[in-house]
This record gives sequence, structure tokens and C-alpha cells, in this order.
Amino acid sequence: MTSGLFQYLISGLTVGATYGLTALGFTMIFNTTGIINFAQGEFVMLGGMLSVFFYKTGIPLGLAIVAAVFATACIGGIIERLAIRPVKNASAINLVIITIGISIFIRGVVMLTLGKDTFSLPSFSGVSPILFMGAAILPQSIWVLCITCIMLLLLKLFFDRSIYGKAMLACACEQKAAYLVGISVERMAFLSFAISGFVGAIGGAILTPITLTSYDVGIMLGLKGFAACILGGLGNPFGAAAGGLILGVLESYGAGLVASGYKDAFAFIILLILLFVKPSGLFGKADSERV
Amino acid sequence: MLLLCILMTTGTAFADDVVKIGAVLSVTGPASFIGEPEKNSIEMVRDAINASGGVLGKKIEVIIYDDESNVNKAVLSVDKLIKKDRVAVVLGPSISGNTLAVMNKFPAAKIPMVSCAAAEKIIKPVNPWVFKVAPSDRFAVQKILSDAKAKGYKKLAIITVSDGFGQAGREELKDLIPSSGFELVADEVYGPKDTDMTAQLTKIKEINPDAIICWGTNPGPAVIARNRVQLGMTTPLYMSHGVASKKFIELAGEAAEGLLLPAGHLLVASQLPDSDPQKAVLLDYTKRYTKMFKKPVSTFGGHGSDSLNLAVKAMENGGSTDSQAIRDNLEKIQNFAGIGGVFSFTPEDHVGLDENAFIMVVIENGEWKIAQK
Repeated sequence: MTSGLFQYLISGLTVGATYGLTALGFTMIFNTTGIINFAQGEFVMLGGMLSVFFYKTGIPLGLAIVAAVFATACIGGIIERLAIRPVKNASAINLVIITIGISIFIRGVVMLTLGKDTFSLPSFSGVSPILFMGAAILPQSIWVLCITCIMLLLLKLFFDRSIYGKAMLACACEQKAAYLVGISVERMAFLSFAISGFVGAIGGAILTPITLTSYDVGIMLGLKGFAACILGGLGNPFGAAAGGLILGVLESYGAGLVASGYKDAFAFIILLILLFVKPSGLFGKADSERV
Repeated sequence: MLLLCILMTTGTAFADDVVKIGAVLSVTGPASFIGEPEKNSIEMVRDAINASGGVLGKKIEVIIYDDESNVNKAVLSVDKLIKKDRVAVVLGPSISGNTLAVMNKFPAAKIPMVSCAAAEKIIKPVNPWVFKVAPSDRFAVQKILSDAKAKGYKKLAIITVSDGFGQAGREELKDLIPSSGFELVADEVYGPKDTDMTAQLTKIKEINPDAIICWGTNPGPAVIARNRVQLGMTTPLYMSHGVASKKFIELAGEAAEGLLLPAGHLLVASQLPDSDPQKAVLLDYTKRYTKMFKKPVSTFGGHGSDSLNLAVKAMENGGSTDSQAIRDNLEKIQNFAGIGGVFSFTPEDHVGLDENAFIMVVIENGEWKIAQK
């Protein structure tokens, strides 16, 4: 039984890392523009699907992933230029709806160009599981958890230490004031979409060997990633990643110990309860303190 | 009319010299992977029959309507075939939902229908005018359970996907497992978009059943196959016929090795013994289809071919292209080797197949092999 409990934890952390990586992307854009980008799940999907596409052309796996990640970052930037910037004076809710439109558009284009099938990538370092305390861990899961931690650390450093990161936070806080101190709000918004495409695509590419990918995986990932954001506290990269991991572990225990049919419901019920008790999320702070 | 109508008129033939057959297929839309090969197969069979002189001296004209996988369009198309085109028999629809929506029109019209969909409800209770050529999911369950019984398994665990296909399979499994003398020790469910099923499998692992039966379509079962290997499980794993495609082996990779599943004979046609009544039919169909359409054959295309061949066989047997005669003679067809199986209809049995429509196959070295009995 104990080995089972530990296995649930491992499974939960792996799946949770998926949600956490998606949630990180949400955080990037929210922190800069104050909008929720519902095309975030599509960035993750693009990371996976483009990696598969490049890998199929015969180039090495590492190179294919790098190409896919940069392509997705570019797509993120292009989306900001073509769909968000022209309507930047619209209210946040309109922009959010635009991102939903973008997500449907990306999904459609990928379906028509890359096909409706499910695809897989080879694992980075073999598929033989490592046995640890009676639980089996895939080498790929370790990759995913490590890369998630590294990304989290880098983002934290970026927001806390770099001038760009601070400028981005300033934009979200008060656009007009950011303008006045000489920050190019437009460039920051552009950068935030590109970085969030970058983060999402890395997530998609490293997860594909475990979870497989297809044109429509972004919908559920986006939803769960958003839930992870809310759980951890919107706008806090650490909270987003932690929220993702917690959500994944809750689902895994729910499916293993209660009933697998209610797996999704279980995680969302916990989320609802939390929102009633602590609306700012587990690690969220009040708005005024975020500067 | 917004319907995309694909009318195939055979040149200058006069009305008396042709027998009109209608078909409603999901050529486009989400079910196009079913409807498109069916349409191709029906056209291929029609051309072959017409080239060899037609049926009872008449040419066949097939009027195919695309229902776009949409139930409303299926209903409209059937109305059109019955009232305007006045066809002798209707083939299709391709999918169960559409078939169930239109099947009650046929007794009043006194026209027989040969559906290409699989749902058990189409033929149970028997509607005198409704037949189907796709084997029921129940037969696949029976085939798995026969294999499990032969291997001496007692405790079975099931893991099913929470969509239409998975839940229909789950009902059959929950019904047939206890009634066939097995014990159902675990009943796990996963979502069609889930990417990790180790939680469910860990639970099953602790219960330690003799075998696991997984019911779903790609990609879920491939993830389950991978998770099973990942957890170091050696419990035998049965898959459903829903993954009987090369895509599954591609997705599951090495994890697919040794998995068992019931599949149509078409999948392993070349490995069948020469004594098998279907072998020649299957090989001939595969050869002609791949030559004509440059695409691999699928079970679904087989349903299209079977529906038209059975209708024509009923005309020949009865010596009449009259709707009533076709219906009466469909019911009398015995031992007809088609693509989906060897059909033997009776007034009580309008699918004419049993669990032998499926054959147990095992995945070895990334290929399908007929499983040793």
C-alpha cells in the first residue's frame, strides 16, 4: 500500500509539472499585460507538435526541440503584434476573448497542416523505469521535474533581478506610470508573449515523450494550467508552478484512492473550496503588495 | 439544398435497366475516417458488379449522400432517398447515432436498410427492415473472455475511457464478466484526453488481477500500455478492437509488445490458413482497394463493401430487385463470406455474425500476429 501511495505522488508530480509549466506562461503574460492568455495551452501544444514535425524531417531530437521552441516564441510575438496590439485600448475582457479566438485559430491551422493524429517523441534518456522505494519513475519524469524547476528559477531571477523583468512588472501595475518613466509598454507586451510562447513550448516538447501530443491537447492543458494559476495565486511564478504540482498530486490521489471516474472533478472541487476560503490563492498576495 | 450530393448516374441507362440503391455515409466531418473508405468501397464494388454484367441483367446505380457526420443531415438524406429517389434498398448510415435516428422510417417505407454501424441497439429488438454488417462490441468482449477462459484467468480488471465507445464497452464488460464466471475486481475509468493513467494502474496493480482489459480508442490505450511497462507490471493486458490500427503500435512503441486484442480478419488476412472461407475475399478486396485508392484498407471500408454485396446477393437469391423481396432474402442469406465476417442471417438475427467475426491477435515485433489458441 505504501508503495502505491508513493507511486501516486510520483505520477501526480509528473502530471502536475505539465500544469505548472502551462501556468508559468499564464503568469508571464498576466504580469505584464494584466490579461489571461487562453491560447497558452496552444503554445504547449505547438511546442509538442512542432517538435514532432521538425523531428520527422530527420534532424536530431535536440535540434528539433530548439527549433520548435523558437518557432513558438516567434508565433507568440506575432500574435501580440497582429491580434493584441491593434486593439490594445480595448478592455481586458475583450482581449481575453481575443485570445480564445486565437487559440481556436491555432488549433484549426495545426489540425489542417499537421493532421488530426496523435504523435509521440522518443524519450531523452531511455524508457526503462528507475525503481525507488517501490515506485517506478521514468527518466523522462525526472527531466520534466528538473526542467520545470530550472525554468521557475530563471523566471524568478528574471522578474526579481533583470531590468526587463522589473519593467514588465511595472507595466502590469500601472501602464501610464510605466510610460512616464520611459518603459516601452508595447515592447514589454511583445516580449511577454514571446517568453510565454517559449516557456509553453519547452513544456510541450519535454512532455510529449510521456503524454503524447495531438492538435487538441491544448484545451484541457490550458484549463488545468489556469486552475493551477488560480490555486497558486495569479501573478506569482512560484505559486503557479506549485499550484500545478498540487493539482496534479490531488488528481492522482483522487483517482487512485477515491474513484478514477471523478478525477477531474476532484481537483476542481478542491479549487472551488480554496477560492471560497482564500480567494487570492495559496501563495497569492494582495494587489498593492506586488510592486 | 445545402447537402453535398454526390450523384453517380451510370450514363445513358434507362430507368428499367437500372436498380437504384441509396447510401447515406459520413464522408466528411468527424466520422470521415469511417465514411470515406465506405464510400470508396461501395463505388469499387458497384463498378466491379456493373463490369461483370450487373445484377439480374440490370446495372446498379448507387446514390450516395454525405451526412457530414450530422444526424439531421442523415435524416434528410434518408427522406430524400425514400421519397424522391425511390431506391430499392438503403446502405448505411456509417455511425450508430445516425442509424438509430433514421431506422424507424424504414418499416413504413417498406424499404430495407443495411447499416454500417456497430451499436447493438440497431438490431435488438429486431426491426424487420433493419440489418447491420458491423459486428457488435459485445462480440469483441466475448472473444476476449473466451481467450481469458482458455488461459484459466479468474480475476479480471477493466479500465475504460469515459466516452461513448468506452462506456458502451464498459456496460458489456460489466454484464458479461460476471455472467461468464469471472470475477470483476477493479472497474477504473479515465478521460479521453488524459495523459497519465499510472494512478489507475497502480490501484489495479495492488489488487493483482489475472488480466486487465482496456477499452478505448487512441491515444488513451497507448498511454496505458506505456504506463503498464513503466510500473513494471507483467499482468496480461487485453485491448479492444478500437485500437486495431498501426497507429497504436506506433504510439505505444515497445510497450505494445505482447498485447492481445480482438480484431477483424482483414488485419491479418495474409496469415489466415488457406482453409479460411474469408481469406480469398479479404486478399482480393485488399489488392483491389489499395490499387484503386492508393490507401491502406480499413475495417470500415469492409463494412461498405459487405453492405452492397449482401444487398446484391439478396437480389440474386430472390431473383427480384423489389424491396420486399430484398428484405425477405437478406434474412435467408447463409454462410456468406464477407470482409467483416461470415454472415448467416435469420429472422431473429439481423447482424448475422458472432464472436468469430473477431480473431485474437498479438503484437510481436511491431506487427500483428494471429494469437495461438
